[in-house]
Amino acid sequence: MSAPATWTISEVQAALDSRKISARELINEFYARIEQANPKFNIYLALSPERAFAQADKIDAAIAAGDALPPLAGVPLAVKDVISTRGIPTTCGSRILEGYKPPYDATAVTRLENAGAIVLGKTNCDEFAMGSSNENSAYGPVRNPVAPDHVPGGSSGGSAAAVAAGLAVVSLGTDTGGSIRQPGSFCGVPAMNPSYGRVSRYGLIAYASSLDRIGPFARTVRDAASVMSVIAGRDPRDATSSGAAVPDYLSGLDRSLHGLRMGIPDDYFGEGIDPEVREKIEAGIRLLEKLGCKRVSIRMPNTDYAIAAYYILATAEASSNLARFDGVRYGPRVPGATLMEMYKKTRGRGFGPEVKRRIVLGTYVLSAGYYDAYYLKGQKIRALIARDFREAFEKADVIITPTSPVPPFRLGERTANPLQMYLADSYTVTGSMAGVPGISIPSGKTSKGLPIGLQVYGPAFGEDRVLHVAHAFERAGGSDL
Amino acid sequence: MKISRDDVLKVAALANLELTDAEVETYRGQLDDILTYIDKLNAIDTSSVEPMTQVVAASADDAPLREDVVVRADIITEVLEGAPDPEAPYFRVPRVIEK
Repeated sequence: MSAPATWTISEVQAALDSRKISARELINEFYARIEQANPKFNIYLALSPERAFAQADKIDAAIAAGDALPPLAGVPLAVKDVISTRGIPTTCGSRILEGYKPPYDATAVTRLENAGAIVLGKTNCDEFAMGSSNENSAYGPVRNPVAPDHVPGGSSGGSAAAVAAGLAVVSLGTDTGGSIRQPGSFCGVPAMNPSYGRVSRYGLIAYASSLDRIGPFARTVRDAASVMSVIAGRDPRDATSSGAAVPDYLSGLDRSLHGLRMGIPDDYFGEGIDPEVREKIEAGIRLLEKLGCKRVSIRMPNTDYAIAAYYILATAEASSNLARFDGVRYGPRVPGATLMEMYKKTRGRGFGPEVKRRIVLGTYVLSAGYYDAYYLKGQKIRALIARDFREAFEKADVIITPTSPVPPFRLGERTANPLQMYLADSYTVTGSMAGVPGISIPSGKTSKGLPIGLQVYGPAFGEDRVLHVAHAFERAGGSDL
Repeated sequence: MKISRDDVLKVAALANLELTDAEVETYRGQLDDILTYIDKLNAIDTSSVEPMTQVVAASADDAPLREDVVVRADIITEVLEGAPDPEAPYFRVPRVIEK
């Protein structure tokens, strides 16, 4: 029997089915591993053993009774700390929510638990999901399990690292400008950002509501598809969740890729891309050609404007969403003589530097006299980027890009210049702006052994196509290029 | 220079954010860099472009209206437990109305 730390969903279920291990023993095993590894990697911010063992006992009872098991029965799950979990501390990686225990569960969590998954705990992330390296967490950075002196990426670095380190079988992250895909790339695990509206945001503590999405990390693309099948679909509690039918993401995975048109945007391979990343992505494209994909050259002419427009819209929305953290309803309060003084001190001390920077920028771009020049301009650029994708998908079935222009960097290497950190999101931000789904899958490593990720974009609600291509790539040895 | 020290202070006041002198200076410089970078958007003519205000196109299926009915959550105790200064069933704040 292989070690549970390497198990996929189907291996967990085979082990439970054949009574090789009980769900309770499995959870014990994962907590033992977490206890050992967490001091080094700082992946989990809170554990939820009471809830986990209660769920494990339910699964064990169902197995003992010979009941049919739900699709994710007994699967250990880690949840990013910006996603609400009833009674389990949820801090968003921020001091301003220290000790906060949500009174309800996010819909994605409810659906996964109803499908039998077991919530192990909450994972570290950049504060309020703002960052690309996890170094903006108020509780210290996560270390990359593949290379511990390197960052795991961000903002969902803890969720990516939990799967990469074998401290969960699957995990949930959130993606606003790349925060699922980029850490997936940095930690060497498949990481899926669904279409906007595909997965309910109910219970996701908002950063930028028109961009935020919940999606899975998993050991394999098939496992990511299994999680997607459970969390996708309309939720009456999220007015932006779509009623579009949810296809069976698993049934189409093994089809041939023959004749599929893959668009390669010339605009994505310009300056700023690391030579080793370029080499592995080009090798990945050749592998997809061998699998039957037809290479099509496409143009995405507004790509170069995406980061600037994104940082207008995302910070504007953040400045509004984060107004609720004021020391009245949750989190610690810094006393003040007046209500205003209390607000200002609580927020000034509760938020970290990156969050304050984005609140100031977002407030500025929305302030009187600047709205047209910044916010309205940003929305117009967003329309152009969405148009780039629509036009590209007339010529191509999927679009292939690098996930990140650079491999994982060292802790502390890029913290001095926020703008430089923002610019590294260029390949993921475009899809965020357009609302389309994208997955990052491992596509070889650098000469130093650092993971590289290849991104597959599909049209809105084309998750099945994205997963299909990613699965074929993975099966053909894409991760060992 | 796109943004002055006073601009940062004005915006911080709008956002109810207390900043130290050092923070004001750091953010002023960084926001100046970011706003200068954002200026690149002026290179593109968007006068005939409709702004994108929502991602999922509104249709009867995707933007349904629901009945406006009250649903009791019954979580007052849990909500107040998380507050820094609760006095059931209220949140207490510094005095805002003079006697």
